[in-house]
Amino acid sequence: MDFIDYYKILGVSKTATQDEIKSAYRKLARKHHPDLNPDDKEAHRRFQQINEANEVLSDPDKRKKYDQYGKDWQHAEAFEKAQQEAGRSGQRRGGSGSFQGFDTGGGGFGGGSFSGDDSGEFSDFFESLFGNAGARSGRRTSFRGQDYQAELQISLADAATTHQRVLTVDGKNIRITIPAGVENGQVIKLKGYGAPGSNNGPAGDLYITFTIEEDPRWKRDGNDLHAKVPLDLYTAVLGGEITVDTLGGKVKLKVKPETANGTTTRLKGKGFPVYKKEGSFGDLYVTFDLQLPKNLSEKEKELFRELQKLSNK
Amino acid sequence: MQSEELIPAGDFCTYHHVELSFVQHLHESGLIGMTFREGSAYLSAGELPTLEKFARWFYEMDINPQGIEALSHVLDRMQQVLEENRVLRNRLQRLEENTAAEPGDIF
Repeated sequence: MDFIDYYKILGVSKTATQDEIKSAYRKLARKHHPDLNPDDKEAHRRFQQINEANEVLSDPDKRKKYDQYGKDWQHAEAFEKAQQEAGRSGQRRGGSGSFQGFDTGGGGFGGGSFSGDDSGEFSDFFESLFGNAGARSGRRTSFRGQDYQAELQISLADAATTHQRVLTVDGKNIRITIPAGVENGQVIKLKGYGAPGSNNGPAGDLYITFTIEEDPRWKRDGNDLHAKVPLDLYTAVLGGEITVDTLGGKVKLKVKPETANGTTTRLKGKGFPVYKKEGSFGDLYVTFDLQLPKNLSEKEKELFRELQKLSNK
Repeated sequence: MQSEELIPAGDFCTYHHVELSFVQHLHESGLIGMTFREGSAYLSAGELPTLEKFARWFYEMDINPQGIEALSHVLDRMQQVLEENRVLRNRLQRLEENTAAEPGDIF
């Protein structure tokens, strides 16, 4: 655990006034606050440092203690014990040592509950110097708890059906319903499943980002699906019927005579379900991938030669 | 019919030490919704997280109401752009996969 230079974090001198500290804190908070930097972990981390620095430097008692012990913070507890002992034996003032009167009731701006986001966490250095109760409760306002972020990986086929999943968040099992049609990278919010709020404030929200696994059978483009289907030469030339995989099962598809390689045909309504629009589906685009016959027998070759002669006439 | 939980705006302001004029300004800017009944202003429970966020910006970060308005619009726009970016990224990935050369391709 290293010493943390709170003055350096806020960019102020050791002789900075309370106004200068408040001004520096606000300036940095406007730049790094999680509200203004959604999904930016570095900004969240930086904001925690700024908040902690402000927590100490904006409180005269904490600042005094921080200044007093400075880099010798590891011995602060021993010093204080000695002070308390001396106080008890010297004058019976009732109550406790001078450093136990930290303001845990709040007041002033920028306390520990400053935001329901990440500011509630303090470094080991802070905890060592001020203890767990060192963080003020800030303005006596109640704020909602921190939002949680989670990732959930589901298959393409699963994403096509409304289904339930059980997630474990913070030791709690949460049953969620995943609506059909959810997209890769889409985020859904579960209200109230984040961290508990401070000062009886509401809990934060849980944001789940979906990662949809690829499926070798189809490529998804919004609500449409694209499939590359092998087509044998004879069916391509003469026409016929092939079987195609769709999300709803196999379907038969008619192939027109003389279908060229790379021809695309659309199967209306056989694509992906539209998110939160029940009964509405995208289309499936099938592209034919012509497969030439291999390992021809002499007889087959002969027949092809005949065909060649016919076509050259 | 869906019922909506309404909280007297005055109660919210007292509890959170927020001035009513600040809440009214946010309402006039279209950033939050308020319901007026028999001369009293109410906030829907769903608006509270947003309102608390704006209160943080105002009281903790010293951002004035005009700044809150501007920031809120920029953040909304940023979210839209991120969403568009996500859709386009998925589309690009699909196109790249389709155009990638496969073993045996002849050029």
